[in-house]
Amino acid sequence: MSANSAFNDEKGGSSSVGEPEYGHDPASGGIFSSDYKRHDDLKEMLDSNKDSLKLEAMKRIVAMIARGKNTSDLFPAVVKNVACKNIEVKKLVYVYLVRYAEEQQDLALLSISTFQRGLKDPNQLIRASALRVLSSIRVTIIVPIMMLAIKEAASDMSPYVRKTAAHAIPKLYSLDPEQKDQLIEVIEKLLADKTTLVAGSVVMAFEEVCPERIDLIHKNYRKLCNLLIDVEEWGQVVIINMLTRYARTQFLNPNMNESLLEEGSNKTFYGSDEDEDEEEEEEEKDKKAEAPAVAKRKPYVMDPDHRLLLRNTKPLLQSRNAAVVMAVAQLYFHLAPKAEVGVIAKALVRLLRSHSEVQYVVLQNVATMSIKRRGMFEPYLKSFYIRSTDPTQIKVLKLEVLTNLANETNISTILREFQTYIKSMDKDFVAATIQAIGRCATNIGEVRDTCLNGLVQLLSNRDELVVAESVVVIKKLLQMQPEKHSDIIKHMAKLTDNIQVPMARASILWLIGEYCEHVPKIAPDVLRKMAKSFTNEEDIVKLQIINLAAKLYLTNSKQTKLLTQYVLNLAKYDQNYDIRDRARFIRQLIVPTEKSGALSKYAKKLFLALKPAPVLESPFKDRDHFQLGSLSHLLNAKAGGYQELPDWPEAAPDPSVRNVEVPEWTKCSSREKRKEKKVEKPFYSDSEGESGPTESADSESDSASGSESGSGIEESGSGSESEESEEGSESEEEEEEEKEKDKKKKKKELKTPVQESESEQSSEEEERKHERKSKQRKSESESESDEEEESESESSQSESEDSESEAEVKKKKKAAESKPPSKPVKKDNKKEKKEMSLLDLDDFEPAPSPQATPVNTFLSNSLATDLEGLSLSDAVLSPATISPSSALKSYEMLHRITGEGLSVEYCFSRQPFSPDANMVAVQMQFTNNATSDTKNLHMEDVKLQSGMRVKEFPEIELLPAGEMVTAVMGIDFCDSTQAANFQLCTHTRKFHVSIQPPVGELMRPIFLTENEFKKEQGQLMGMNEITEKITLDAKCRNEHSIVQRVITAANLSRVPCGSDKECRFAGRTVTSSSLVLVTVATKEEGAAKVTINCEKMVIGTMLVKDILLALTQ
Amino acid sequence: MSKRETERAEAKILLAEEQIKLTKLQQTKAKLQIHLLKAGLGNADLQASLQQLRQFLPYWHHILCNIPELAAEMIHSLFLINHSGDLFLEKHWKSVISRSVCDYFFEAKEKAVDPENVPPVLQTPHHYLITIYRDKLFFLSVIQTEVPPLFVIEFLHRVADTIQDYFGECSESVIKDNVVTVYELLEEMLDNGFPLATESNVLKEMIRPPTILRSVVNTLTGGSNVGDTLPTGQLSNIPWRRAGVKYTNNEAYFDVIEEIDAILDKSGSTVFAEIQGVIEACVRLTGMPDLTLSFMNPRLLDDVSFHPCVRFKRWESERVLSFIPPDGNFTLMNYHVSSQNLVAIPVYVKQSITFFEMGPCGRLDITIGPKQTMGKTVEALMVTIHMPKAVLSANLTPTQGNYTYDLATKVLVWDIGKLNPQKLPNLRGSLSLQAGAPKPEDNPSLNIDLKIQQVAISGLKVSRLDMYGEKYKPFKGVKYLTKAGKFQVRT
Repeated sequence: MSANSAFNDEKGGSSSVGEPEYGHDPASGGIFSSDYKRHDDLKEMLDSNKDSLKLEAMKRIVAMIARGKNTSDLFPAVVKNVACKNIEVKKLVYVYLVRYAEEQQDLALLSISTFQRGLKDPNQLIRASALRVLSSIRVTIIVPIMMLAIKEAASDMSPYVRKTAAHAIPKLYSLDPEQKDQLIEVIEKLLADKTTLVAGSVVMAFEEVCPERIDLIHKNYRKLCNLLIDVEEWGQVVIINMLTRYARTQFLNPNMNESLLEEGSNKTFYGSDEDEDEEEEEEEKDKKAEAPAVAKRKPYVMDPDHRLLLRNTKPLLQSRNAAVVMAVAQLYFHLAPKAEVGVIAKALVRLLRSHSEVQYVVLQNVATMSIKRRGMFEPYLKSFYIRSTDPTQIKVLKLEVLTNLANETNISTILREFQTYIKSMDKDFVAATIQAIGRCATNIGEVRDTCLNGLVQLLSNRDELVVAESVVVIKKLLQMQPEKHSDIIKHMAKLTDNIQVPMARASILWLIGEYCEHVPKIAPDVLRKMAKSFTNEEDIVKLQIINLAAKLYLTNSKQTKLLTQYVLNLAKYDQNYDIRDRARFIRQLIVPTEKSGALSKYAKKLFLALKPAPVLESPFKDRDHFQLGSLSHLLNAKAGGYQELPDWPEAAPDPSVRNVEVPEWTKCSSREKRKEKKVEKPFYSDSEGESGPTESADSESDSASGSESGSGIEESGSGSESEESEEGSESEEEEEEEKEKDKKKKKKELKTPVQESESEQSSEEEERKHERKSKQRKSESESESDEEEESESESSQSESEDSESEAEVKKKKKAAESKPPSKPVKKDNKKEKKEMSLLDLDDFEPAPSPQATPVNTFLSNSLATDLEGLSLSDAVLSPATISPSSALKSYEMLHRITGEGLSVEYCFSRQPFSPDANMVAVQMQFTNNATSDTKNLHMEDVKLQSGMRVKEFPEIELLPAGEMVTAVMGIDFCDSTQAANFQLCTHTRKFHVSIQPPVGELMRPIFLTENEFKKEQGQLMGMNEITEKITLDAKCRNEHSIVQRVITAANLSRVPCGSDKECRFAGRTVTSSSLVLVTVATKEEGAAKVTINCEKMVIGTMLVKDILLALTQ
Repeated sequence: MSKRETERAEAKILLAEEQIKLTKLQQTKAKLQIHLLKAGLGNADLQASLQQLRQFLPYWHHILCNIPELAAEMIHSLFLINHSGDLFLEKHWKSVISRSVCDYFFEAKEKAVDPENVPPVLQTPHHYLITIYRDKLFFLSVIQTEVPPLFVIEFLHRVADTIQDYFGECSESVIKDNVVTVYELLEEMLDNGFPLATESNVLKEMIRPPTILRSVVNTLTGGSNVGDTLPTGQLSNIPWRRAGVKYTNNEAYFDVIEEIDAILDKSGSTVFAEIQGVIEACVRLTGMPDLTLSFMNPRLLDDVSFHPCVRFKRWESERVLSFIPPDGNFTLMNYHVSSQNLVAIPVYVKQSITFFEMGPCGRLDITIGPKQTMGKTVEALMVTIHMPKAVLSANLTPTQGNYTYDLATKVLVWDIGKLNPQKLPNLRGSLSLQAGAPKPEDNPSLNIDLKIQQVAISGLKVSRLDMYGEKYKPFKGVKYLTKAGKFQVRT
């Protein structure tokens, strides 16, 4: 075999012979065709001082490795260069090290310290690469070092290093499985990571180390669903496959009702046009579900999380990566309600255009799917037509699919197509076609005769293989109704003279034996001929000859007695013991002797029993118990490490496990992510607008959650309580809101850029509404936000922080908004409406408005407390969900007396100021208490400290008497509490006003994990740390009120913390992005210690005062 | 000694023995693990060894059961094998797997005759082999455990694409010439068997593709082709674009290429036809441009798949392609034109291929004429026929172009060139058959190749391209091209 030549040097390293083909390789430069001496020369080069020589040597060594040669004797020389300055040499040394470290463990240890140093490098890429190589060295002694490095890297600041840590986990696990428990801890931690970069890798580690720990996924399920679309392609595949398994254990079978009702009838049920009916039906069903008295069957309500998964994976069908498409397809196949599975067909058919290997795999899966869900692929029947240029294995698979798709309506087209195939030059394919025809004939009664006739014609084909295959298939078909077809049997009897293919001969003989009463004259003759040629036949044919003889002996012993004896005698001395055994057995059974037992009486019954007709089945039947798209499915055998796809549970496990304990944080994080995407990378993530008919198939609770996750603002999952409360209010507000939708659009056009942040939000809300009506809407924010994409990863982080807080605030607002019983809101809303309609000049209808967002921040305290009460009484929401916005303080800018009727209040809305991330958003509320209108309200003559900047609010053209309007401006305070002074001008007067921020408003919250927090804190010691001891106010000794007060005092976010004695908060200053870390540690009797770590000492000192004040008051 | 004492002593001895067994077993277990790990043996080996152990020590069965299954990575090793079966490159991402594993592949290859028919997935006792065949090379990957086969196949194609992208072609000689670079690429693309960096732009930041100039400079100065800047692309949210791209001439070109897949039957009527399109882009723009490409008639597009850079949401809502492009050449989108639209078939073919019962010969007569060409000229017209094995030679006269008949592969190629509507190209003559061979009963089908410049046969038109995010004015261009895809005429 040609292959062997390539192997003979497998071990022999550089033993020289038989490698002429590498002669021209420049890396080895032809010099390198012989013995070990050459290695000395390499050693010299490696020991030299010149990088170029080292490089040259390393290149040659790597080239040798690539060829599979042994270069292990160079190990000491190479490993010395691990600390080489030259990057390329270093890289090649790494390659070498990873390859040989296992064999030279002791020497490999010499290199470890280099990597340990690398792990501490300030550059994240160097840290990552050090970890990567360190973890790739398979030396058992360094397991503890690796473990330590992985743990450290798992809490690294850089997501890239964390990703590398995730990659290192399976490496360590395979090196030392004893570390499993510790590794699971790391995995658990990384699973909580919220960056797309890490998600794919950590799920991969999860799958390899602890796929059985499905409980680790609960908390991260929604986050993974939401991140999915922005994870890199390979990670997507792993995550989708894992989530498929997860969903199978956690949700109910969406098809359980159908399977009861429509068992067996689903053949016709899935015609494409019937899908809609079904959807309607389901819709109806859902309606009925509300009134159980009407409902006939047990209503099925899809878990919103189940829906979330389906929705978020769907856009990935458009991926360019075939593996991703396949992963989504299998997910839909295994998890979606029948009516929705159809969407995957188009994408799978698209893959048929790809490389032939891809086609091969996809067709295997389509073949399995097409058995279960024929209707899905019927519209694409023609895409499976076969071209003469297809490779045979593809042809056969396409044939399989075509056969599976055949039904009464399309059978004629398919048979016509088959006819062309039979003429093909590719004989294997022709044989497969004949098989396929046979299957069509058995499955579809109408065409059985046509097929049979066609096959009989093939019996005169010149190609023996074709004839043989036809015989085999005809045999099977005839078994179904033999009495009609004795002429065909006769015809086939004649063929025994010509056909040599054993299987075909055997089939003919069996047929004649089985139906010998239909051909009483020919049968003995055939036996005679066969007896003659018995010794030359194949074993399988011999067995059938014996069989035939026995049957004839029983039916027609007069003519065939001697022949049978003869055959049995021949068989008695056959070489094959099977045949000998059979002969002996049959002789005992049929030839009556004095000793013959009871059995011979029944010989006739035994031999001439009616045999059931064979069922021609697809080899792909029931393959779907393997997860589609898996290797095991392809091989139809369990591959090592295959995770069984679990059966649906009988009753759904508790869905609340997916609720995140500290909802604020995790929700924020997922939202932050989406938000980030909106700002930074608005790609697939905010996929929406597929609410269409599929949506309606589910219950309404689902559609609510659907709209939520789609718009990317609110709770990404269910958060059941809050949702319910919304639901009620929404129904009330809905009508109004619908009316105003059109108007709002116009308004938006009128609006000026400063209000953009508002309009964005409202547009999001609007989107939600739109989505409910399954309309598509253009998102204005995108083109603008795209520019920000340039910002590097650092700033992206800070941006995400913004969005986090924004999201937080928004959520609160929404909650506030959706609380109709509280009067103040309504009032405010009404006021707002009027105002807005004034802005909207060409509109005379009163416009109720969800633009009310700014107003909500002015909610009366009673409402705020209401809200808190709500969150407190809430079992799911922990005390940490305290809304900062509920406690927003407003300050007076202009009293109505000094302002001659005009009063202005301002507050810090704690939302990111979208035109400029470095600015603090200041929200102003102008109230005209005078009797006359105020016009042209605007800013002038801004006086600022150096470095400060202001983005003015747009001029307010008209403020009628008794009305109120709000505006937002942005101020960059440069992280100082200096006031911004300016003049507020109306058409008649100017007022000097100033805005002075409390220090707590100069920051924005960021999300840190406990470990990150500790790490950061560790770096901000000494001068940067300020500690104060206090005695807490009596009212404020519980965790909840501490959190509330701190958050009120400063715009920080809480860091989750294991102990309830400590509350931690984190934020960054708005302008310089310096970290601000606050710790409040409580002790007995209200004693407490406040620690602030901040690079900016001034800010720290001021903040500590503010917080002390807040906590002691 | 009393009976009782004896019993007690015996019990003590038994206990001691048991303890010894236990410690021995634990040692064995540890040794075994180390041994197996060192040897890089797979699960199956471990299981087999365990089986043996179990036979010896049935009592301690439960301890043995506690040995966890070895976790395995996705892609263990990669072997590159040329057309004739020589193995010329191997790369292991973990422990080394002996080349002999490829024997199973060679066996299958032998059996399959045609390299296209080698099953992409093979099962061997301890491993699974997943192979792709590209550019006359086999990329054979060894895996040990369950992994989605498409995952591996797609990755292997990505490897081939990357090599193609780096060196202009993907062939044995090119790989051998650049073996170190290829090795470095493979090292970066996969970490422990899991894909790490597969975006060509990211890879190019880490390992610079060779250029003639650089290789000259490198030999003179001893410089390297490893990027000295650290790859930042990997860290950003847009991993497909390099940072800090600069061009003096900013240009963005888009090629809309459509392929007609069709099967025509004997009489010339269409059995099946569809249009598959692709938009290939070549974008050389400075900075971080944000492009929007819109179509006159996006409704035509039925099924689409995008480069990851395309914002899916914008497409869903507005039917425009909005994206930050990768630098250089890339495939922006693939599409399929809705099958409701009738597909225009640009040419018709009149053919008759007959073999006579008497005498070893046959006749061939083919004429091609224009049908629906949108008023453009059909170019690069070519007919390929896979003749039955019995056809020995062909003696034909073309009125235009020339023909070749490859005796070994039995492929007749008629290269016509431009289609002249006034004078239709025709090829006729006789075919001689092997003496004594039976008349072939099947007629070969004709595969047609053609090109039509300046038109997308579906009628798809790009209406405009806008750029945001950068100040300069780029040069923009769109080209259309229609080609025959799998265009087959049955006879």
